[in-house]
Amino acid sequence: MPLIKEADSGTPPSAATEVVSLTIDGQTVMAPAGTSVMRAASMMGTAIPKLCATDSLQAFGSCRLCLVEIDGRAGTPASCTTPIADGMVVRTQTPKLAKLRKGVMELYISDHPLDCLTCAANGDCELQDMAGAVGLREVRYGYDGANHLCAEADESNPYFTFDPSKCIVCSRCVRACDEVQGTFALTIEGRGFASQVSASQSQPFMESECVSCGACVQACPTAALTETAIIDIGQPEHSVVTTCAYCGVGCTFKAEMRGEQLVRMVPYKDGKANRGHSCVKGRFAWGYATHRERILNPMIRRAVTDPWREVTWSEAIAYAASEFTRIQAAHGRNSVGGITSSRCTNEETFLVQKLVRAGFGNNNVDTCARVCHSPTGYGLKATFGTSAGTQDFDSVEHSDVIMVIGANPTDGHPVFASRMKQRLRQGARLIVIDPRRIDLVRTPHVQADHHLPLRPGTNVAVLNALAHVIVTEGLVDEAFVRERCDWEEFQDWAEAVAAPANSPEASEAFTGVPPETVRQAARLYATGGAAAIYYGLGVTEHSQGTTAVIAIANLAMATGNLGKLGAGVNPLRGQNNVQGACDMGSFPHELSGYRHVSDDDARGVFEALWDVELDAEPGLRIPNMLDAAVQGAFKGLYIQGEDILQSDPNTTHVAAGLAAMECVVVQDLFLNETANYAHVFLPGSTFLEKDGTFTNAERRIQRVRKVMSPRNGFGDWEITQMLSNALGFTMSYSHPSEIMDEIASLTPTFAGVSFAKLDEEGSVQWPCNAAAPLGTPVMHLDGFVRGKGRFMLTEYVATDEKVGPRFPLLLTTGRVLSQYNVGAQTRRTANVAWHNEDLLEIHPEDAEQRGVRDGDWVSLKSRAGETSLRATVTERVAPGVVYTTFHFPQTQANVVTTEYSDWATNCPEYKVTAVEVALSNGTTDWQTRYQAHTRRSRRIAQPEPAE
Amino acid sequence: MSGAEVDRLVTMANQIARFFESQPGDGAARATADHLNSFWAPTMREQLSEHAAAGGSGLSALVAAAVPLLRPARTDAPG
Ligand code: SF4
Ligand code: SF4
Ligand code: SF4
Ligand code: FES
Repeated sequence: MPLIKEADSGTPPSAATEVVSLTIDGQTVMAPAGTSVMRAASMMGTAIPKLCATDSLQAFGSCRLCLVEIDGRAGTPASCTTPIADGMVVRTQTPKLAKLRKGVMELYISDHPLDCLTCAANGDCELQDMAGAVGLREVRYGYDGANHLCAEADESNPYFTFDPSKCIVCSRCVRACDEVQGTFALTIEGRGFASQVSASQSQPFMESECVSCGACVQACPTAALTETAIIDIGQPEHSVVTTCAYCGVGCTFKAEMRGEQLVRMVPYKDGKANRGHSCVKGRFAWGYATHRERILNPMIRRAVTDPWREVTWSEAIAYAASEFTRIQAAHGRNSVGGITSSRCTNEETFLVQKLVRAGFGNNNVDTCARVCHSPTGYGLKATFGTSAGTQDFDSVEHSDVIMVIGANPTDGHPVFASRMKQRLRQGARLIVIDPRRIDLVRTPHVQADHHLPLRPGTNVAVLNALAHVIVTEGLVDEAFVRERCDWEEFQDWAEAVAAPANSPEASEAFTGVPPETVRQAARLYATGGAAAIYYGLGVTEHSQGTTAVIAIANLAMATGNLGKLGAGVNPLRGQNNVQGACDMGSFPHELSGYRHVSDDDARGVFEALWDVELDAEPGLRIPNMLDAAVQGAFKGLYIQGEDILQSDPNTTHVAAGLAAMECVVVQDLFLNETANYAHVFLPGSTFLEKDGTFTNAERRIQRVRKVMSPRNGFGDWEITQMLSNALGFTMSYSHPSEIMDEIASLTPTFAGVSFAKLDEEGSVQWPCNAAAPLGTPVMHLDGFVRGKGRFMLTEYVATDEKVGPRFPLLLTTGRVLSQYNVGAQTRRTANVAWHNEDLLEIHPEDAEQRGVRDGDWVSLKSRAGETSLRATVTERVAPGVVYTTFHFPQTQANVVTTEYSDWATNCPEYKVTAVEVALSNGTTDWQTRYQAHTRRSRRIAQPEPAE
Repeated sequence: MSGAEVDRLVTMANQIARFFESQPGDGAARATADHLNSFWAPTMREQLSEHAAAGGSGLSALVAAAVPLLRPARTDAPG
């Protein structure tokens, strides 16, 4: 498609329902009350000249270019700041206005470098456009007066450049940072002629509070803030709308291209998840696609101690297939399995589970959601009937109270966090339940009403204490419960949580949360209006992860916070397609659409279409596969787009499991850590190189569009198809849309989904079927999917992972804004400028006891293993708690995490590990050995020279 | 099966039983068995049964009560 230039109506839409009629340039226009004259004019196709206005920001009225004449009003009001009124008569073009506008433009241009022909923004500059629009022909002031033409550019940020000589001080950047992003990093310093844009305290961008979201760059009308790629490469010539492949927010972007070269990613205003906003990852961190370490040729080796040998695709596929066949013949049908990826498309994920179920003939398929949100699936299905969040992101605009539990949205889900912060700045109240003082607790113009800094591992106790207060203080929404839930189950629950043992006073001893804070938070949640819960992996990654999800669902039901705007239970999904991977039948016990494999009717539909008999028994989960491998019963694994060695708990155990297998096939972009134990490497493709769909945290199915040919030769779906065919189970799709058609025909909640529908609508949220042809933004509106909402008891059981004299501290893990998951992609971009190693956060008291100072190397040891990294001493963590990220293989934080897991789903207990911290001299022996092992495992044999 | 693997199965089974034990009513053994039947591969259920038959050291009373309710692997699976 040609380069998409989105229309800019100048000011945001008005939410009013009342309609006003006015006349603009002789034409009658109807628009909602509160609309600006500028926007009303744009609705009839009239673009009033403007510089400081743009429709993502509130009107500011500083440039005076948008002046209009209004009958009966004195002077020439600015159309961007003037709301329409009934019967108003407006003129946008008169000789007087033309003269005034020219005068304004002359002033701007007299202090602007006239190097348009060599300027990076040439062709994409609003100042240029406006000079044309007002018919500027001369600048009477000349160019010799005082000016800013020699001001130096700030090139500190790797992705964009600030050139003050091109700045017209319209403050769009400042307002974008405030209103859209909510970081408040920019100000206009000085007054009059001396005024200029400044980051934090007149610092270079990189040293300021800027988080590099790009909103200011997008808002800037000139070349003052420009993507460095535009400066280096030039203006793009066409664009393709696609979906970010990083986090579960699922931002829509325009990939702006020159031929097959990606020039920049610009957030798309029509994107329903992001509404035109982005974060540093999706906006800028896509350079990994062309990173020199990307593997483009298939490789095989007999033993993991051999160097890799590059082979043709057909040789690699034939070798993998013959190995799987050999292993199954020798060790039985169940001795092999597969892992689908939450980073790949729905279509690719569906194919991998199809290959396992139909090609391997067993149900040994699992996905990385096992290690993040599997408890969400179980908990929400048990209570509400659907394994998914209840709202769309827009819903947060209607929340009066927001409760964030075990999630760090400003780092993990930054674009949604910006929307949440907008609502909080409008006055919504905030409760944060997290062991760490996450940024949201206190950030510019946002402050949590209550922060409950609980001890890691005590979520269920705190949730029960909240429930205790709600029940014992009579705050239950009884009408809702009687109508929508099973009353008897509710009574059992109410009686249980009301027990004195669940009171905030009783649980303080182990949760560490002051009882009065719990009481106030409970009252606010129950009585503060529409209240929404957003939660993350801090809830799920515990031995009681599923219990905590159920406890959250109970709270929402008890207070009637379901089935309406602004409320709900909303899991913030980690990776881009976690929701989709779960929907597509990636779990060993479930077919697509969450139907159990033992359900003969559901299985029968698949068997009929695929013409093969399917196993009716659940297969092995990832940890079970590894256990079985160590036992010698599991020998072959096909892994698409996952790095279980780095991401899964207890690295030593994972390594032992992988090392015990005879054929490990890794399909990925890079030789990841798991590939150290692989026998076949199949190079994968990036999201830029294939068609498909992703499903975000709000169940929104969105298109991923191919913008360039796959450098490795094939989309990942094509590779799975080749492998399946070689295994003798035929697949013959010619395009991913055909796979989606098959998914729709087999999955009732997807029945109405097709690429054609998505191209037409932009996106849909499942369930999308005959009952809801355009999808379902908010679920459980008139009743729960399962019928009556089900209260379940949630007794607090302390984890077996306990602190003691040897391991007195609790380690919890998380991630940072600039890095993503195991970091395979983001570590290969300039994002390392923000975070280039995993650090251990430790409270000053704990640090002092151990003689640890900021920046010191420390060893981090648990009963599972030991690693070392550098410490950062901070009060963000409470005494007794330490925290780190798991983005860097050098650190391998998962060497220390244990095999404890959630009772229902085996989701690992990443968030609680008893550890000890001590000063160290650098890396541990294990790290040194591991690095040597990695170097050895990654050798690629040079081809023999031809005779 | 080594001791470590048995220990893991025992821990997991006990954790599951602990949840259903806390639910109202007297269906905890049935619910535990249903959970194991739905989510554990047949080999894991068999290993648990064998361990129970061999004395079941470490198993909670509820898991022991659930074991007789475990379903043998379905035989209509593809061979
Ligand atoms: S990039 Fe984002 S955070 Fe940084 S100054 Fe611009 S708007 Fe603010
Ligand atoms: S940097 Fe751009 S957006 Fe910011 S004040 Fe200058 S011209 Fe306006
Ligand atoms: S918020 Fe998530 S989906 Fe959006 S740009 Fe950032 S990483 Fe991508
Ligand atoms: S656009 Fe209205 S004053 Fe600048």
